[in-house]
Amino acid sequence: MTTTGMKAHLTRRYMFSASHRLHSDELSEEGNRATYGKCNNPYGHGHNYMVEVTVSGPVDAATGMVCNLVDLDGFVHKAIVDRYDHQNLNLLPEFAKEVPTTENLCIAIYEIMKRGFHKAHLEKIRIEETMMNSFEYLGESSR
Amino acid sequence: MVYLTRKAEFSASHYYQNPAFTPEENQRVFGKCNNPNGHGHNYTLEVTVKGAVDPTTGFVVDLKQLKEIMSREVLDALDHRFLNKEVPEFFKQIPTTENLAIAIWQRLAPKLNAAQLHRVRVYETPDLFVDVYGEV
Repeated sequence: MTTTGMKAHLTRRYMFSASHRLHSDELSEEGNRATYGKCNNPYGHGHNYMVEVTVSGPVDAATGMVCNLVDLDGFVHKAIVDRYDHQNLNLLPEFAKEVPTTENLCIAIYEIMKRGFHKAHLEKIRIEETMMNSFEYLGESSR
Repeated sequence: MVYLTRKAEFSASHYYQNPAFTPEENQRVFGKCNNPNGHGHNYTLEVTVKGAVDPTTGFVVDLKQLKEIMSREVLDALDHRFLNKEVPEFFKQIPTTENLAIAIWQRLAPKLNAAQLHRVRVYETPDLFVDVYGEV
């Protein structure tokens, strides 16, 4: 690949809606209520999650791109949006043992991207759970 | 070190085509963006500079000067232009958001003296943006 010489970081935003309940089997009922408050409601509650995926790399001189958006969108829609949209996060295998906080959701999405998307370097996953809360994960080295 | 970001907006049209590709390849790689009549976006530009705070003025950079440099070097050249036909960087390069961010970096970096350019961010739409930090 011939490149134009400067590295670029490309960020794309995606949205899905899902429900969850924050509850840890390691805590007592009182401990769960004290830790998670309203989020411990046994019936669960939901959010519109906004996910930002940032990839980086040199810009291909033939296409002007870090990676083709069709490839990125195709992968994220299939592997992330279709997996989580209108689902109860607690029922998914990745949250069988982990509490489905947005921290853990960031890590789960980062791992799916890292395993399956190889057209550009994965820099970061950022999730807005609400307009007031956002979370970022840049991989193991930044933990 | 303090970071300061100034925003600006511009609107421009473009299309994606590599003359070395066949028409079929251009269509496959660039899809809708290959329409030679062009299409447009409202771009949002964020320019972030960094530097020490001047003890006399309390500024990292004089915002008026930064705004003037951005207007002169970037907005005057790009706003309401057909990028492929009117902006020299894109006579040969494809005016993707990546290349646009790099071109803006290259236009601004040599003109900034007081503060150092840290990042150029270009939003093509609210759901797609590119950051350039001058890394090679």
